[in-house]
Amino acid sequence: MQDHLSLLLVVIPLVAAPVAAVLPQGRLPWFVALMVTSACATLAGMQLWAVVHDGVISYELGGWAPPWGIEYRIDVVNAFVALIVSGIAAITLPYALLSVEKEIPDHQIPLFYSAFLLCFAGLLGITQTGDIFNLFVFLEISSLSSYALISLGRRRQALTSAYQYLIMGTLGATFFLIGVGLIYAQTGTLNMMDLAERLPGVSGLKTIHTGFAFIMIGFALKLALFPLHLWLPNAYTYAPSVITVFLASTATKVALYVMVRILFTVFPNGFVTATPAADLFVLSGIAGILSASVYAIYQVDVKRLLAYSSVAQIGYMALGIGFASAMGVTAAIIHLFNHALMKGALFMAVGAIIYRIGACRMENIEGLGRQMPWTFGAIVIGGLSLIGVPGTAGFISKWYLVLAALEQQAWISVVVILTGSLLAMVYMGKVIEALYFKPVTETNIVVKEAPMLLLTPTWILVIANIYFGLDAEFTVGVAEHAARALGVVAK
Amino acid sequence: MDFIIGHYNYWIAIFLMMAGFYTVISRGNLVKKIIGLNIFQVSVFLLYISMSTVKGGAPPIITKGIEIYSNPLPHVLILTAIVVGVATTALGLALVVRIKEAYGTIEEDEIHRQDHSL
Amino acid sequence: MSTATLLLLTLLLPLLGAVGIIAAGRYPNVREGVTLVTASLVAILVVIIAYRFLGGEEFALFVSEPIPGIAIAFRIEALGMLFALVAGLLWIVTSIYAIGYMRGLNEDNQTRFFAAFAVAISCAMGVAFSDNLFTLFLFYELLTLSTYPLVAHSGTAEAKRGGRIYLSILLGTSIGLFLLGILITWFVAGSVTFQDGGVLAGKLDPAWAGLLYALFLFGIGKAALMPFHRWLPAAMVAPTPVSALLHAVAVVKAGVFTLLKVTIYIFGGDFILSNDVTGGLIWVAAATILFASLIAMGKDNLKARLAYSTVSQLSYIALGAMLATKSGLIGASMHIAMHAFAKITLFFAAGAIYVATNKKLISELNGLGRAMPITFGAFLIGALSIIGLPPFGGMWSKWYLGLGIVETGQLILLAVLMLSSLLNVAYLLPIPIRAFFSKSAGGEQYTEIKEAPKTILLAMIVTSTACALLFFYPDPFYQLANLAAGGP
Repeated sequence: MQDHLSLLLVVIPLVAAPVAAVLPQGRLPWFVALMVTSACATLAGMQLWAVVHDGVISYELGGWAPPWGIEYRIDVVNAFVALIVSGIAAITLPYALLSVEKEIPDHQIPLFYSAFLLCFAGLLGITQTGDIFNLFVFLEISSLSSYALISLGRRRQALTSAYQYLIMGTLGATFFLIGVGLIYAQTGTLNMMDLAERLPGVSGLKTIHTGFAFIMIGFALKLALFPLHLWLPNAYTYAPSVITVFLASTATKVALYVMVRILFTVFPNGFVTATPAADLFVLSGIAGILSASVYAIYQVDVKRLLAYSSVAQIGYMALGIGFASAMGVTAAIIHLFNHALMKGALFMAVGAIIYRIGACRMENIEGLGRQMPWTFGAIVIGGLSLIGVPGTAGFISKWYLVLAALEQQAWISVVVILTGSLLAMVYMGKVIEALYFKPVTETNIVVKEAPMLLLTPTWILVIANIYFGLDAEFTVGVAEHAARALGVVAK
Repeated sequence: MDFIIGHYNYWIAIFLMMAGFYTVISRGNLVKKIIGLNIFQVSVFLLYISMSTVKGGAPPIITKGIEIYSNPLPHVLILTAIVVGVATTALGLALVVRIKEAYGTIEEDEIHRQDHSL
Repeated sequence: MSTATLLLLTLLLPLLGAVGIIAAGRYPNVREGVTLVTASLVAILVVIIAYRFLGGEEFALFVSEPIPGIAIAFRIEALGMLFALVAGLLWIVTSIYAIGYMRGLNEDNQTRFFAAFAVAISCAMGVAFSDNLFTLFLFYELLTLSTYPLVAHSGTAEAKRGGRIYLSILLGTSIGLFLLGILITWFVAGSVTFQDGGVLAGKLDPAWAGLLYALFLFGIGKAALMPFHRWLPAAMVAPTPVSALLHAVAVVKAGVFTLLKVTIYIFGGDFILSNDVTGGLIWVAAATILFASLIAMGKDNLKARLAYSTVSQLSYIALGAMLATKSGLIGASMHIAMHAFAKITLFFAAGAIYVATNKKLISELNGLGRAMPITFGAFLIGALSIIGLPPFGGMWSKWYLGLGIVETGQLILLAVLMLSSLLNVAYLLPIPIRAFFSKSAGGEQYTEIKEAPKTILLAMIVTSTACALLFFYPDPFYQLANLAAGGP
């Protein structure tokens, strides 16, 4: 078991997915998915433990030694991301039961969970694999299933946003494929560790630079890095609530992981800073934080508002990467984790509102704060975390990001990070004002608090937001360890 | 000149790539977009396959008396990629069918017009 | 009880009180009972702590370490003790007052009001006892958030507007500037723990010190230095007990207190003096003192006038801090206490007038003095103490501030201080004079108007007596201020 830990993490959901599809309607498919995600969360926890204590795990798929076979190579970075993905999935599933029954037609529920598990398997696969082409395959598994999941949203715009995402996502994946091909042509290997050994010898070649650019653009599309984020607001707005929660707190995080892995492990040290890539990341981060936050202020749909906020938050991570310093990457990884917590909690709370009233536009939610105090509380605390008020996880992120920026003497970035917090204050203030300070509308007066099954997972994440704001030893420790494992050295 | 003729396979791949990409961007018809996407993907397959040729190499099937084979790995990779491509196309077309049912059209402008008027 | 337990109790007791208040929400008498018991216990606790602290005991408490190297920890030093003593003693008085006030006006949501009030006190204690800038910042922000429901209490459009200004200025300055200052301090000095003599000396290029000090000066929005003073008048939409305790004592004093802490324990007085860190910035405080007084003269709304008076008085403390000489720091620290007692009396009187007569404008007060002699008597005492006339406590802080200015030789500042005292006379004294000596516009005798409820009167009498007592016995506060300023 211990030996096959890393493989099981991918295989269990992959095998369970078709099983869930053929199960009869009812709650059985949900139960299977629940078991699978909890099992994976446990395994991912064990894996992180093992990696932290015993060092890197290298698993040869089917017994074929690399470079011929596919290698799963786990260090602290991907073990951590795998834990985030499976942990969020395990928390999301109890929430999913009622929300999915409300939003998805009965006959589609087994297929829904099947697609969910496939997406889950794909995301975990991306984190586990050490083979860059295998990564492409898992990327497509997760992407294809997420297109299908998004299209299941109740409104017809879900279809068009899924289509839009499909086009953008496939373009991104194909760009990635081109980049991989070009690099393979020069190095003759697809194994990340081999690449890391061979790339320094050829890193001056134009082909390598072109391949690098293709890979970056491809993943920037998946990551929804500004200005390639156009698919994200639609996809998050119209997807079923559960899927928004899951994708917002995992999919972009995994894409970010791939980004740092390729930038810092696969490509040699100093490559990022020698190319315009680092500056472009900073530039895109700054533009993303400012413009997406301002966009968020003008949204009337709460889900879309939070989606734009996600684009802004991705900007923070891009900034951290762009600094290309140990501190910057640490900050990006810390924020990757904390953002999963806060957006998970916020989207869950909004999902609870949708569960009750079927909509989440500003005019629909007026006065609901008094009707649904626990949901409202979750939105307030999640919002504070997003702003970065001390005592919440968001503060820890901001703290490290600003320190990283100070270290580079990047004063503009410092100002932008803090301005982003202020803008977050404005847009979250709008939501809270609508919920609490507007008088209750007549239709909302009968609305009751969301059921326990929705509130409990939401509050687990809310409490995590506070816990990791008051005791960041775990997050910071792992993130620093991760930055070292990636091989980041200061500029 | 030699450079251009010598790399004709790449030129073809690049031409297809641009043609596909342009179709995706410029066409408003959802099916045409998917066709464009297909062309785009296929061009990448070609790129991989032509890369794997080794001068004077035989197809990578072990036969007596042959010393040089072409590189089989890209073929294998592209087999996988083809499967992925087919799945993407199928899903994309399925979405187009559903969009047609929901909107009664598969023209992008028309869909945008309907959504804004909602 | 061990010192750590006492410290923890002071922080937790108000929180427990808040829980009890919510639990007893349906029974107003029980709920008010909880408030009074909690407030009395807190008052007793701070007195015990102050007594033992002056006896030389150490109070420290470590909670956790969220970021490696930066802890949530508490440690009592003289300045924090002074602030906690003021806030703790005045809470019980305000509670007595608030019960009369809220019942007198039949306000809604009283449970939320008293609960949020208790939470705010807990946060103020947290600010007072913080051992480092991070802990202080944590409670500083919590204080802002917990007082927001109090500001927006009435729920009217005006209250919401006030609440929005309140939140956006306080959170905005603290996240945009104060946090940046803390981060730069951490980045430069590798420590944000409060230390005698400061942590920045020798680590920060003096050329940049002024800039960093400016980040703190403006970032600590609660100190209400111009141009970030707008939140304080906006917060006056809150019920009067809130204005009295929070916006004359706890919140605003948390601001200037933070500024003093930063001055003494982060920069260090010697560092500031030897490098002339605050040479230019001190004029911001001087300007605020004068401009706010001038604005106050033009306000007809009584609470608005008091608010601008507070803005002006807070800058006395900021000015004292920036003088950074021993007398200046003593004056600034003592002014925290002296101004608190005087200003809370003024607000109590304003609230009493409102409860008894529903009047908010100064121009309507003519002739009321004979109907409400206790209220206006208390107002007069508070006003005299603010102006700085003996025999009231306000004299001492101005005395030391004046000494501090003389030590630095910047005589223009002394002129500012004098001018400001004259302005104080001009905007405060006409109010009781109108009430006692002018005839009302319509010539009515106000026979139907009586004094406010007894609890309100009691609170006013206590604070105004305290103003007088502090002239004769300023000792505990002087001792603490002297200790904080580095004296024996």
